[in-house]
Amino acid sequence: MNKIFEVPLYPYTRSADQDAAKPAHHRVVIVGAGPVGLAAAIDLAQQGIEALVLDENDKVSFGSRAICFAKRTLEIADRLGCGAPLVDKGVQWNIGKVFFDDRKVYDFNLLPEDGHKRPAFINLQQYYFEDYLVKRAREIEAGGAPLELRGGNKVTDVTDHGDHVELHVDTPDGPYAITADYIIACDGAASPIRSMMGLDFVGRVFEDNFLIADVIMEADFPTERWFWFDPPFNKGQSALLHKQPDGVWRIDLQLGWDIDKAEEKKPENVIPRLKAMLGDDVEFSLEWVSIYTFQCRRMERFRHNRVIFAGDSAHQVSPFGARGANSGLQDTDNLIWKLKLVLEGRAPDALLDSYDAERIHGADENILNSSRSTDFITPKSEISRVFRDAVLDLSEHHAFARPLVNSGRLSMPCTYDGSPLNSADALASGPARTRPGSPCPDVALGNAFLLDSLGGCFTLLTVNADAPDSLTEGGIAVTRLALSTLDDTTGALAARYLGDAPSAVYLIRPDQHVAARFATFDEAAIRAAIRRATGLEMQA
Amino acid sequence: MSTDLNLAPNMDRPDDVYADLLAAHEGLNKAESDALNARLILILMNHIGRREVLAQALAAARAPVGD
Repeated sequence: MNKIFEVPLYPYTRSADQDAAKPAHHRVVIVGAGPVGLAAAIDLAQQGIEALVLDENDKVSFGSRAICFAKRTLEIADRLGCGAPLVDKGVQWNIGKVFFDDRKVYDFNLLPEDGHKRPAFINLQQYYFEDYLVKRAREIEAGGAPLELRGGNKVTDVTDHGDHVELHVDTPDGPYAITADYIIACDGAASPIRSMMGLDFVGRVFEDNFLIADVIMEADFPTERWFWFDPPFNKGQSALLHKQPDGVWRIDLQLGWDIDKAEEKKPENVIPRLKAMLGDDVEFSLEWVSIYTFQCRRMERFRHNRVIFAGDSAHQVSPFGARGANSGLQDTDNLIWKLKLVLEGRAPDALLDSYDAERIHGADENILNSSRSTDFITPKSEISRVFRDAVLDLSEHHAFARPLVNSGRLSMPCTYDGSPLNSADALASGPARTRPGSPCPDVALGNAFLLDSLGGCFTLLTVNADAPDSLTEGGIAVTRLALSTLDDTTGALAARYLGDAPSAVYLIRPDQHVAARFATFDEAAIRAAIRRATGLEMQA
Repeated sequence: MSTDLNLAPNMDRPDDVYADLLAAHEGLNKAESDALNARLILILMNHIGRREVLAQALAAARAPVGD
């Protein structure tokens, strides 16, 4: 069988740049064609900004890797035009079971909130996620969007000249040079660009190893997330079983620190472990096995003038909570509209510094959450193990202990509290979940959904309030989306956007985060909020 | 409702309560007693519920001489 991750999707071809007399210039060069780099390229190109993606390989990632894609990521993918295939292919689940020692201690149902177009998350192999993004990139490229994907192009040197960046690229035909207005480094946790620039990457290393295996089996395990603490088949450690599309099951087995990685990866050692877990009579075959250890760390700053880091190159978390790829997608979601406005001269360069402020806030939140999960799964001292086991024992009998069980807090989009782009909250009785800085929660609007209606521009969302249909402040055009709670029989619009207020006016950014909110339309206040949201208050 | 930790005498029949605590540990080895203590702390923390009160309790437990 020809596996998708064995097929070159963007094989090396010689580019005209390699024969140019002087280095060709590009607006934005994205290094790395993983989920984050591809999303950045699609986002830029479909808004008309030229994006060139360089990747030293030519295939999607090998093995399932990131498998849990959260709702916010799917909403971003909708804006990029490829949410539907992801959700159609992905596996959805709501039931989780927690096991401790030889028994099930409890199960839970996520009971997703109504009125959202997308599920809380899907399980999908990273290679499918990348494949759908590549397909989408090809689709908009065919439609004339300025996007180019060059495989077999390895960046060997980056020099920031202040007003542009110079890149040296190695290829099977030898090296060439190009220049760019900006580089987005999406080149992964081991980021060569970060190393070339001599930048720091400090944090906490967790002394543990996990064996991850993609197993193909025709088993009648239900579509649920099963997590074991200290199971009989992996004493003193943990285990996770998760279903993926195509009858592929993802198994994570904690191995501890003092192991021989090469030895543990051999099928003759992996298969007995899996048999002990799945039972002797279950037929399975191994698709992919890997051993990883992890770190929680981030760069001190993500923006270095014209070189901007996004995704794992900028921050790394433990895998618990699916915060790697999901947070990387939030990075590009945050960055691209800002980069577009700056490149078009419609916002000051300082707007890019807000990417640093907002996404460092997000990275710190993710590192905090994933470190806490890790400390629960792998207690670092005797007393922390005593408390961990006490929580698990109590969780079997008492509901109060279940919220303390931490096998990963699933990725939620970050609220940019304290962001320099936020205006003060002027809707005091409004819901906390839509305060300035919040990602907009979805609402069903008949057969449509609010987030689809917002699109990717600045929007003035009015609920039971009057306002002009459009407004321009500086170079920023804002379009009104007028809603009324009379049209919403579910009550979700009022619950999510009004709270106790009779009416509301929201200024919503292109990344669907709230910039400002008011009870009624106040033109001067809205104009001030637009200026603030586009970085005009950030200039020194 | 006060947000302050009550460090004044508050137990009904303190000698009996203290004896109940010791009795709960009777016959347990060190590991079992540690586990019981952990469960007990978690149960009581949940009963109290308020983070600010628990923070004061943790501080008082860490530095029993008080302020």
